[in-house]
Amino acid sequence: MLNRVMEWFRTLFGTPSSSSVAKERLRLVLLSDHLALAPDVIEAMRRELFDVISRYVEVDEAHSDVSFEHKEKGIAMLASIPILSIKPREPESLPKEETSVLEAVTVNGHTSDNYGRRPRKRRRRKASGASQTAPAQ
Amino acid sequence: METQRVVSVPSEAAPQLEIHAPSAPVESQKKPKARGRTIVVTSGKGGVGKTTTTANLGIALASRGAKVVLVDADVGLRNLDLVLGLESRVRYHVLDVLEGKVSLADALVRDKRVQTLYLLAAAQDREKDDIATDAMIGLIEQLRGEFDYVLIDSPAGIEMGFKNAIAAADEAIVVCTPEVAAVRDVDRVVGLLGNRITVQLVVNRIRPALVRKGKMLSVDDVNAILRLPLLGVLGDAPDVIIATNRGEPVALDDASETGAAYRAIAARIAGEDVAAPQAAEPEGLLDKLGSFFGGRR
Amino acid sequence: MTARRIVVTSGKGGVGKTTTTANLGAALAQRGKRVILVDADIGLRNLDLVLGVEKRIVFDLVEVVEGRCQLRQALVRDKRFGENLAILPAAQTREKTAVTELQFAEVVTGLGDMCDYVLIDSPAGIEHGFRNAIAGAAEALVVTTPEVSAIRDADRVIGKLQERGLPMRLIVNRVRPEMVRTGEMMSVDDVCDILSAELVGIVPDDPEVIDTTNRGVPLVLDPAQRLGAIYIKIARRLEGEMIPFTQLGAGGFFGRIFEALRAG
Repeated sequence: MLNRVMEWFRTLFGTPSSSSVAKERLRLVLLSDHLALAPDVIEAMRRELFDVISRYVEVDEAHSDVSFEHKEKGIAMLASIPILSIKPREPESLPKEETSVLEAVTVNGHTSDNYGRRPRKRRRRKASGASQTAPAQ
Repeated sequence: METQRVVSVPSEAAPQLEIHAPSAPVESQKKPKARGRTIVVTSGKGGVGKTTTTANLGIALASRGAKVVLVDADVGLRNLDLVLGLESRVRYHVLDVLEGKVSLADALVRDKRVQTLYLLAAAQDREKDDIATDAMIGLIEQLRGEFDYVLIDSPAGIEMGFKNAIAAADEAIVVCTPEVAAVRDVDRVVGLLGNRITVQLVVNRIRPALVRKGKMLSVDDVNAILRLPLLGVLGDAPDVIIATNRGEPVALDDASETGAAYRAIAARIAGEDVAAPQAAEPEGLLDKLGSFFGGRR
Repeated sequence: MTARRIVVTSGKGGVGKTTTTANLGAALAQRGKRVILVDADIGLRNLDLVLGVEKRIVFDLVEVVEGRCQLRQALVRDKRFGENLAILPAAQTREKTAVTELQFAEVVTGLGDMCDYVLIDSPAGIEHGFRNAIAGAAEALVVTTPEVSAIRDADRVIGKLQERGLPMRLIVNRVRPEMVRTGEMMSVDDVCDILSAELVGIVPDDPEVIDTTNRGVPLVLDPAQRLGAIYIKIARRLEGEMIPFTQLGAGGFFGRIFEALRAG
């Protein structure tokens, strides 16, 4: 009985209710379970990740590793991808900005928080006299 | 450039113990290592409280200083990690160990609240048939060399998962609720446990008020059929639900009656001469008076 | 074949599959439908017990599959419902591997020619017994409680059902409105949210239900049991009627008094 009163006090003073804690835990654990159960999806993700990164750098696929880890408020995909060399850049092959589904990407041991986003280049176009500027990210 | 392989082994998962390969036979001159007790928690019927009991007894035993490992044998539908609140720290599971992908030490998750308690999780994406009984026995034998207690959380049913769970156990705790279906299933399970395993009974979810009204089987009713040594009786308090919501088992909570009952059961398991806890139901005052004057003992 | 073939499953044990199968079957039978219940829990049968017919079992499902009796001979009729309710019991001393999925499906197909509804009581888990249970089904009812383990397992089972293309609907069992109100238990909305499932029933927790299952009395037969009305509502929804759910745990001073009358 006493501990139910304590529980009530907890929620009164701003601690999340046990049901909301449960809901959040479930959300994460189900995400984790679904990831564990979808190796084909993960493989597809891995494949596309390598494809994207390989546009900029030569990677050592054989020694690469992709895994998922619980972080404080969610699940992070961690990728460790050894880089062998940087590919020569060709101006016309610069891709448009890509958004990524990853929360954090570790490349060669360093964590990067802006997961592959590149600031959009401002372009001025002369079209009917008006100049258009693409908004910066 | 240097190859880096991310292996997610957080420092807390590396316990201060050595896990030896089980292959080398013990030489006769050497003093044999002290061997831990292997206890399977089972029931036949699902949903009676096996996982909750395993988690709480594990915590209670470890809180007394014993080195305890909890093994989740419910491959494919694991929940021991969830009940313990350790689900976000599970990296590897039993099959990863058995298939040699990772060492046993790396797979064990150490509980930060009770430092001598460890969890070996089940695989979520595999099936119970994926574990060979011999492999399970080998694993448990390995564990008992390093721990004082190996508690195995059996799945429901009497199929392969159950058979693997009991294969290496010397003792069993059968959990039964006061309902005919549960009693019938436990009876079947006890028959399957055979003579090798010492069996004790925990009766869970007793509501004394309903028993008094004749609307629920009493512990005596249950044990008249099962005839097992009684380890303890637990009530049906809501605090267990709250505890599972938060991932904070009741045995950690000094204010919880259910927690106290689990601690008493742990003391009995450890050999202390403590009375078997009886279920106390949170009752109103009138009920309390009624039980004082005319209720069952 | 005329019958609707519905499997009642959950993943987690002990959430109320057997109680649901028995009571839903009884409710449908009381409404005039011909219902056959199948206990797919070979080795740990309990459907017979919950219906109170355990003493009248002569043959079981495994014996039908092995050709030792005719399908009709194995059916045990519940005389309280006239000709409308019968059960095909599981074997008690065999294992789930005694029957293959194909054999189980054939049995269910055979039953489907004899009635309006075949309700299959699945065992716990997602392995052989479960696969058998869904083998003959065309739709599923997933039973869960508002507790983390049950929901996690239900999610797993829903994934398996989706793999098989089986449409499913959800029954949330053992809801405790007073605990939902205080935030100590997840609400039905929380559960449906997490599982992304369509709701077909909300059953409040009632410890006295254990007594009815102990005595083998379906709830619809006992006028003192308010839960009987809930199973009737679920039966009606299965039949296609749109019956609103009364929200449990809505609170208020009279909430507690009237909550006995509110459920669905």
